[in-house]
Amino acid sequence: MDDQRRGWLKAAGALGVVLVAGLLKPVAALAATWNKDAFAAKSAADALKSLGAADTAASSDIVIEAPQIAENGAVVPIEVTSKIAGTTSIAVLIEKNPFPLAGKFDFMEGALAFVKLNVKMGETSDVRVVATAGGRNYVATREIKVTIGGCGG
Amino acid sequence: MAGPMKMRATLASGYTDVRVLMSHPMETGQRKGPDGKMIPLHFIQNLTVKVNGKTVVEGQISQAVSRNPVFSFRLKGGAKGDKIEVSWLDNKGETNRTESAVA
Repeated sequence: MDDQRRGWLKAAGALGVVLVAGLLKPVAALAATWNKDAFAAKSAADALKSLGAADTAASSDIVIEAPQIAENGAVVPIEVTSKIAGTTSIAVLIEKNPFPLAGKFDFMEGALAFVKLNVKMGETSDVRVVATAGGRNYVATREIKVTIGGCGG
Repeated sequence: MAGPMKMRATLASGYTDVRVLMSHPMETGQRKGPDGKMIPLHFIQNLTVKVNGKTVVEGQISQAVSRNPVFSFRLKGGAKGDKIEVSWLDNKGETNRTESAVA
C-alpha cells in the first residue's frame, strides 16, 4: 500500500516538472528584450536617449504615410518606409502621448525597412520616426490631427 | 484573453507583403472598466517575424498600439511556399504564434 502511494507521488512529481518545463519553454524561447526605460520615458527626447538615438539628423528619405486628420484617435494607421540604405531599425514616437514611444522595429537581412501599424493617439500630435542606419540616426516628423482622442476609452 | 491570429502573406513585385492581425485587448492601464476600477496594463511587448525559421523582424511595442493590432511588413524577394511565422509575447507572459505559407 505504502509503496503504491510513493509511486503515485513520484509520478505526480515527475509530471509536474514536465508541465512546468513545457510552460516555461515558449516564454524563454521568445524572451526578447523590451527596452523598459525607453518605453517608460515621458518625453520623446528621453525615449530616444534610452534607445541610444539622441543625436538625429533630419532626412527626407523617411516616408511617413498617415492621415492628416484622424477621426478616431483609437486607431490611427501609420505606414513608415525608410529609403536610407542599410536601415536596421525604425522607431515610432507620438510626441504628446503619455509615453511617446509606440514601437521599435529591428530589421534583419531579408526584411525591407517598412512597417505599418495602428496606434492610439490622445490628441493632435507630431509623430516622429527615427531610422537607424550604419550607426547613425535619421528623423522625420509629421503632424496628425486627432478629432476624438483614443486614450480615454 | 489571447484570441486567434490571422495572417496573409502575398507576393508583390519584388517583395513579399505580410499582414498579420493579433487579437489582443492592448489595455493602456489608463482606462476604467464598468465597475469603475482601472483596467490593468495588458499589452503585447514583443513580436517576431520569421521566414523559413530565420528571424527577419523583431519588434518592441508599447500600449499605444491599437486594440487587436494589425501590422504589415515587407520581406525582400520571397517565393511561393516560403514559411512565414509571426509570434508575440505580452507583459503577462502570454504568447501566441501563427504560421502560413506565401501565396
